[in-house]
Amino acid sequence: MKAVIGLEIHVQMTSLKTKLFCSCPADYRGAPPNTHVCPVCLGLPGALPVVNMEAVKKAIMLALALNCRWVAEKVVFSRKHYFYPDLPKNYQITQFKGGGGMPIAEDGYLELEMGGDVRRVRIRRINIEEDPGRLVYTEGDITSSPEVLIDYNRSGIALLEIVTEPDISSPREARVFLEKLRAIIEYLDIADLDLEGAMRVDANISLPGGSRVEVKNIGSIKEVEKALSYEMVRQKSLLSRGTRVDRETRHWDPVRGVTRPLRVKEEEEDYRYFPDPDLPPIPLPRELVDAAAALLPELPDARMRRFVEDHGLRREIAYALAMDKRLANFYEETLKYYWAPRTTAVMLAVDYLGFLEKNKLRMGEDRLTPKLLAKLVRLVDEEVITPEQGKHLLFRVAREGVDPEEVVEREGLRALRSEDELRTIVRRVVEANPKAVSDAARNPRAVNFLVGRVMKETQGRAEPRLVRRLVVEELRRRGVRVEA
Amino acid sequence: MKAWEMPATMVAEMVREGSLSAVEYVSKILERAEETEPRINAYITLLKEQALRRAEEVDRTVARGEDPGRLAGVAVAVKDNIAVRGVENTCGSRILKGYRPPFNATVVEKLLREGAVIIGKTNMDEFAMGSTTETSAYGPTRNPWNPERVPGGSSGGSGAALAAGSATLALGSDTGGSIRCPAAYTGTYGLKPTYGAVSRYGLVPYANSLEQIGPMARNTADLALLYSVIVGHDPRDSTSLRDSDTRLAHVEHIDPSRLRIGVIRELVEDPVDPRVSRAVWSVLSKLESMGASVEEVSLPLVEYALPAYYIIAMAEASSNLARYDGTRYGFRAPGATWEEMVVETRTRGFGWEVKRRIMLGSFILSAGYVEQYYVKALRVRSAVRRALLELLSKHHVLAGATMPIPAPRLGERIRDPLLLYTMDVATVLANLAGIPALNTPADVVDGAPVGAQFMGPPMGEPLLLGVSRLVEEATRFRDEVVQP
Repeated sequence: MKAVIGLEIHVQMTSLKTKLFCSCPADYRGAPPNTHVCPVCLGLPGALPVVNMEAVKKAIMLALALNCRWVAEKVVFSRKHYFYPDLPKNYQITQFKGGGGMPIAEDGYLELEMGGDVRRVRIRRINIEEDPGRLVYTEGDITSSPEVLIDYNRSGIALLEIVTEPDISSPREARVFLEKLRAIIEYLDIADLDLEGAMRVDANISLPGGSRVEVKNIGSIKEVEKALSYEMVRQKSLLSRGTRVDRETRHWDPVRGVTRPLRVKEEEEDYRYFPDPDLPPIPLPRELVDAAAALLPELPDARMRRFVEDHGLRREIAYALAMDKRLANFYEETLKYYWAPRTTAVMLAVDYLGFLEKNKLRMGEDRLTPKLLAKLVRLVDEEVITPEQGKHLLFRVAREGVDPEEVVEREGLRALRSEDELRTIVRRVVEANPKAVSDAARNPRAVNFLVGRVMKETQGRAEPRLVRRLVVEELRRRGVRVEA
Repeated sequence: MKAWEMPATMVAEMVREGSLSAVEYVSKILERAEETEPRINAYITLLKEQALRRAEEVDRTVARGEDPGRLAGVAVAVKDNIAVRGVENTCGSRILKGYRPPFNATVVEKLLREGAVIIGKTNMDEFAMGSTTETSAYGPTRNPWNPERVPGGSSGGSGAALAAGSATLALGSDTGGSIRCPAAYTGTYGLKPTYGAVSRYGLVPYANSLEQIGPMARNTADLALLYSVIVGHDPRDSTSLRDSDTRLAHVEHIDPSRLRIGVIRELVEDPVDPRVSRAVWSVLSKLESMGASVEEVSLPLVEYALPAYYIIAMAEASSNLARYDGTRYGFRAPGATWEEMVVETRTRGFGWEVKRRIMLGSFILSAGYVEQYYVKALRVRSAVRRALLELLSKHHVLAGATMPIPAPRLGERIRDPLLLYTMDVATVLANLAGIPALNTPADVVDGAPVGAQFMGPPMGEPLLLGVSRLVEEATRFRDEVVQP
């Protein structure tokens, strides 16, 4: 059975230095409660908001990356009214279509590859808005805590709200969509979505014959897939028993892995939207939007294509790299030191990611650097060590930050230093491999091959650079034009 | 001349050259306040010790041979809806009882930079909603000219302090006439600046898109001096105009024979009280005899301006006042739950006029009515602006009554809101259009002054101040301090 799923995604722009309407630092995580606040984000009477233009710029970049056909000709903020203790003004400054207000962008789409099919998920609109503060329950949760504390450090953090059309047909597709959206957001340097609470998703799901159910405030992409899968099973079983699926709002409990009814809306809330008179519309001339378009970096899809077409990577490997900006950057950085795309890509996308996952580490928390990886790749690539040895060495390098070349040298793979002795072996290998010799002029790989042979003969003890030099010398002696 | 009768220009000059001690002068002003306050109630907070300490500071600066600034030692009264750091900021409301802002309004920073002494926070209609200073939770202010009569409002405390001599200069705020009205009834000069000329940062909002902080004084030179200090772009206020200080901070010299005045017929004819009209015409005929051309013009839109004004003001007010919920600052009523506490706080904390406007404003903004009322009112507003600018393209300034009736007796107007609202018929025009407007004293009716109003083109303050100087020369109405 196909589901009809629409998503509403809130993304904190964590890469901004300051909040959306004041100069309080945007990095509030870990700060003592109510220390990153000022008259503006506390909503003190008389304090006035001033728009953080970086946030607007980022929103436009995202709109362009999500192929939005309509980008607002002016930035208008509206007030959305409701009483809640985490909302210091009892209205939220957001964007709203109507009464002179408008979202920053509308009518975009994102393409997904689902098992060879290209699926298009339409984006209804993108809004910029402020995050409310955070309620802290001293004991239990919202229903049981005897007292509630309020931390306004989060109040006024810039959020992007991305709303899709109900074009998603399975929980898995929802995950793939969110992963791609996450990649784009990271490429645009809008947010670090690994941070707790940086991405919050509301998901609407309905099955044929049932009503729309909204699951609120899901904290991660994996949880979205789980919550939606749970809802599909729940709704399917209701429908198969002939029970109605009511229109309702539910809450995802990630600990128990179930959704629960949150509240029954007795009437539509009236938010009394109107354009905020403290924030006059900011014109967005087309030249400015065009300039933003010109500043768009290479996005995940394009990067993946480049990895496939120019680096000769397999599609899945290229996708895995391209969908993770930091990993892809690491990969390209490594290639600057040593050009062996396929070996590098596999070591990163397979071995390294496996290592991180196994050790529950994030990139950057280990000690691998592009330079060290390049050395390692070269060792493997030149067949100084086997790929299997390379993998184990990678783990050690990532853990200890050791230089792989030094390790190879130190531990039994010591170079054979006698040039005379090596020359004998080189000569023997070269004579035994006439084809490689004849290829060497055109193909440096043939040289590598010969070097590899020599390495094998020496059981990995020779110093590869030395072997290489001797091979080249031997080839040149035989009239083969090779580069050093 | 008694200290409390001195013009601000004289005080500042004498303090700067060392011929007047700021402490001595401020002590006299405080003595005067002690004497007049029991009958007038112009202040909610009188800053006795703080003002004297500040005056000592100014004297020390002079003694060091440094220049304390253009307002050296001058006692300035600040309306209680403008934030002064650490000083209770009630807005005439019980709900803000005990709230002390941790920041200064931009205008207050500017006053302090020029050596001013803030003498106290003046009484006002609750949240500036009223034209008589009777809706204050801290008791009504009485008119020093005739304590049976109101001083006008909402900046009634500021006007009364000037007329009683308990301040030399005063700041007011004008959302629909709240500076010009008390200026008219207290025989003082009051300027509502071009929208955006003076920073609203630190002004507790009533209706953000309409209001401006402005100067009040007993003569034109003082008015211009105070205006020149507070005017100017403020990056903390997004509605603030750029470069407004350089363009607006002077009094234009006007050759009366080249001055063309358009008299708005609707503001000098029935239902305007004939005694008021006579006073306005007497001022205009004096200008005419100096060579100015005085021509009657018509503005039929006047009839629609008042309802449009109230719709916009109430809509914005209902939003602005949502934040007063007892959670963070000010008055808090007990309640078993947060919701109960909020309801109880707002029920007891707000006065009836404020509640009326919150309810009407909430209704105006509610779904289904917002187009019918709010959006339509915005259209009227544009039409009023166009009509006024059209008239101002043919006449240098537009004139009429400031208030349609002489100062009412206490209790006379306050019972019937419609009667109260019609008092603003002449003043709201400038707020709707965002143009500058000024009150000059015209005459005394029934023992209390009435005023003439002049409106100018956007940025036309130098011109208006020039006209004010002409009027002052013609009427010789200046530096009037009365014994209440």
